[in-house]
Amino acid sequence: MRIRFRLNGRDVEVDVPPGRRLLDLLREDLGLTGTKEGCGEGECGACTVVVDGQPRLACLTAAIQVDGKEVLTIEGLAQSGALHPLQQAFIEAGGVQCGFCTPGIIMAAYALLSQNPHPTREEVRAWLSGNLCRCTGYEQIVEAVLLAAKRLSSM
Amino acid sequence: MRKTGPVEIVRPTDLAEAVRLVSEGGRPLAGGTDLFVRVRKGMEVPQFLVYVGELPELSSIEIGEEGAEVGAAVTHAEILRSPLAERLPILQLALATIGAPAIRAMGTLGGNLANASPAGDGLIPLYLLSARVRLVGPVGERELPVEEFVTGPGKTALAPGEIIRSIFIPFPEAAPLAYFRKVGRRRALVIAVASLGALIWLEGDVIRKARLALGSVAPTVLRPREVEEALVGRPLHPEALRPLVERLRAATRPISDIRASADYRREVAGNLLLGMAASLCPASV
Repeated sequence: MRIRFRLNGRDVEVDVPPGRRLLDLLREDLGLTGTKEGCGEGECGACTVVVDGQPRLACLTAAIQVDGKEVLTIEGLAQSGALHPLQQAFIEAGGVQCGFCTPGIIMAAYALLSQNPHPTREEVRAWLSGNLCRCTGYEQIVEAVLLAAKRLSSM
Repeated sequence: MRKTGPVEIVRPTDLAEAVRLVSEGGRPLAGGTDLFVRVRKGMEVPQFLVYVGELPELSSIEIGEEGAEVGAAVTHAEILRSPLAERLPILQLALATIGAPAIRAMGTLGGNLANASPAGDGLIPLYLLSARVRLVGPVGERELPVEEFVTGPGKTALAPGEIIRSIFIPFPEAAPLAYFRKVGRRRALVIAVASLGALIWLEGDVIRKARLALGSVAPTVLRPREVEEALVGRPLHPEALRPLVERLRAATRPISDIRASADYRREVAGNLLLGMAASLCPASV
């Protein structure tokens, strides 16, 4: 089946079985390996991408479900070559250790800040509750999101 | 995880085509948060899936005088953002505990119903508000009270070829106090060990009317009507409700599974009643 969607700001058209997972479409067919597969069943958040402004798990999304939509992955954040303020804040606050959960968390945080540019610490924690990180203990991640929110609002 | 190949999915353009495809053996797919996992694990082997998640006929919320009609494919996040969430605090409380933001942006109320999980958080407010499930099938439309629609764990009254079209949620009289609490091991993405939702109408500090719905302690969500009746006339205070704790526990029919033992679920169910009273108790507000 042919599906068309916008991926990181560009129109793409692919011939894909409609039940192929968005995750496999991104990683294997389109070579965008920034989106990670953790549990593969919606418990860990590692595969979070943003579809039409909402966070979505690429492991539980069929290709047909993004037909005509706007998909943003971690690769779409730094297209100009400069890091996105969220990415920069994760580096500075120490929000990245092994890095496996990071793209999913950054994409979830991106969706949060686009809906709520000034989240409280509690709101950040609640919003990221579906994203597991086994390294950082989360504190630095929350700091990073708050730091990015502060910088984005003064831009 | 067993990796099955990509499953065949077709996308109807309208409700009539969807009904025809489902009659031919297709299984409706909306958000996919549960069905997609089960199909990939090989726990469910439908001939093919029918993607109904974006059908306009299933995608709106209509708020009327008597109640609201929520399309089966409306996501939890959409309901939470709608004026309906403000109008029905119990719906807001329960839906806000489902999964985490990404799951709420994908999962639908219709999917929650079709799954018919005894732990379905979205079902608790539907039981409390006596919601009615509107079905459409090859021979027309019909409507069932939610308690008749869900017939057992994972079992529903859906006839072959029928799909859920919408859920009609009647507005309660006056504005009852609302309570929802889910007990589990992690706050996010948790499948409840036990949960309690409640609507309480007070007259002064005495309970005039009460509705309770328990999750994960019986084959379906449970309305312990005997306890609801026994609550009437009592002050909304933990001490006044303590004599009912054992009756509530006795009304449950829990199982032991990977998440908790039956005894623990029964214990928690009783404690939730006291927790409800402590939380809603006028003196503590």
